Amino acid sequence: MKFMDWLDERLAVRQLIKVMLTEYYVPKNINFLWSFGVLVMLVFAILVVSGIFVLMYYKPDANLAFDSVNKTIMMDVEYGWLFRHTHAVGASIMFLVLFVHMARGIYYGSFKAPREIVWITGYILFVLMSATAFTGYLLPWGQMSYWAAQTITTLFEKIPFIGPDLVIWIRGNYIVEDATLTRFFALHVVFLPLLLIVFTAIHLYAVRIPGSNNEDGIELTKEEKKHGKGIPFWPVFMAKEFFVMSVFLIFFFYLVFYQYKFAMDPINFTPANYLQTPTHIYPEWYFLAFYEVLRGFFFSQNLGLIAFVLSMFIAAFLPWLDTSPIKSGKYRPIYKILFWIFIADFVFLTILGKLPPTGLYAWLGFAGSLVFFAFFLALPILSKIEKKKVAGGR
Amino acid sequence: MAEEKVSRRDFLLYAMGAWAAVGVGGVLYGMYKTWEPLPEVKAQATVTFDISTVQPGEIKVANWRGKPVFILRRTPDMTQCKDRSIKDEYTVVLGICTHLGCIPNWEADKKIWHCPCHGGEYDACGKNIFGPPPRPLDVPPFKIEGNNIVLGEEGPEYKQMKEKGLTA
Repeated sequence: MKFMDWLDERLAVRQLIKVMLTEYYVPKNINFLWSFGVLVMLVFAILVVSGIFVLMYYKPDANLAFDSVNKTIMMDVEYGWLFRHTHAVGASIMFLVLFVHMARGIYYGSFKAPREIVWITGYILFVLMSATAFTGYLLPWGQMSYWAAQTITTLFEKIPFIGPDLVIWIRGNYIVEDATLTRFFALHVVFLPLLLIVFTAIHLYAVRIPGSNNEDGIELTKEEKKHGKGIPFWPVFMAKEFFVMSVFLIFFFYLVFYQYKFAMDPINFTPANYLQTPTHIYPEWYFLAFYEVLRGFFFSQNLGLIAFVLSMFIAAFLPWLDTSPIKSGKYRPIYKILFWIFIADFVFLTILGKLPPTGLYAWLGFAGSLVFFAFFLALPILSKIEKKKVAGGR
Repeated sequence: MAEEKVSRRDFLLYAMGAWAAVGVGGVLYGMYKTWEPLPEVKAQATVTFDISTVQPGEIKVANWRGKPVFILRRTPDMTQCKDRSIKDEYTVVLGICTHLGCIPNWEADKKIWHCPCHGGEYDACGKNIFGPPPRPLDVPPFKIEGNNIVLGEEGPEYKQMKEKGLTA
């Protein structure tokens, strides 16, 4: 191809394609859980595209926002409902695929050396995505939007000394108001997506240096992968990935067309009213586990807040909490048990997060929160035990 | 003292770095300031309310910083309060339940505030008498100026209350 030659002379595209795709090898001993990284990219693309289209009619103004979403986009714009439902369902499903992607990394020890940077950038992406979801949730300016933003920004009040002033600064008002809406809008549509793209680039670059981890957690050299133990990312890996993507998209659009209601809380179809709190407020499902940690320490608000912040960030330190020389959970019987307890606990906290925090539920929430942290605190101990075992020749 | 040799190029580099840091600092400060509440918002920081317009037994709601402030002129048949009272007969409290931030309703027949969310109850002084609220309704910062009450400013009466720990 003449055009390719022309381009190659100027941009060295052939070399780029080799490094990024055709001579970037993926190990053969992986399972379908390794397809979730690309799924995250797919959902991100869906969110960007659907986001651009809802953005064309959305009005970031406390007086206009609610109607621009619920009347203009939902009723007047042809197929506007499709883009809104896609965007809302996409946000929800983003966290589903993210959680699976992260859990795979935790189980198979993909966060361990030499992939710490992959894990850290990935974790930053998770936090950025959470911030994007949170700021985006305010934009329809419904009751749930409003009170979610109101309660979460109120949390900053507890920070010593600067807390109360900080809250006013974040909101640009004494309560969540127009100023809050417009700045959340700016963050949601420009600043955070920009950061997401930058960190995604670093994340993808970083994973290309050591390459993907595998089920056995035993490192393979590029030569080994080139000669039998691996497959090129393009076209071989992606050929399979396209199949997974297709199945995923069937599921995704089934949700968009038939089950979109799970991503659209009925309370949010009442316009924001700062003088009336809905009787029962709760975050979207993907924040429920962390929210339950916040409520779990029901006897002390401050302790709950510290635990909440810790629960959001503690997993970022996994590479330094779990220093065991054995990488994959496949060969770590105790770790396997801890991992599944952790997953079960996360699901348990998610369910509890939606229930009223009274009586037995309050205590269950407390217990669940302790188990959440116990997983992370057990890792250094387990690492020591496993180090001894390995040194003793197993 | 050993003489440190700083080359001309190093010096220029440091100078430029320092100057750039000043620039970055200035820009960050500007960005920080853009998020401050606008003048029209700050203007709402204090609200003046003529409390003599409240009839005995009546309750009026002032809007202060987007929050409802209940102004109740008590009648003798209501719970009397020695300390959380303004001008002996007024109860001025933030109408936000101290449990989870819902807005309680005044029940005129029982002469209490009742929170619709979780059933918390407050007497005519704003003291929590039933249910989950952990403390009485907060007293907003106020200043008495004749018949007027200025919400959002700390007058001597408020400071006295605050010292006794009665405001929150």
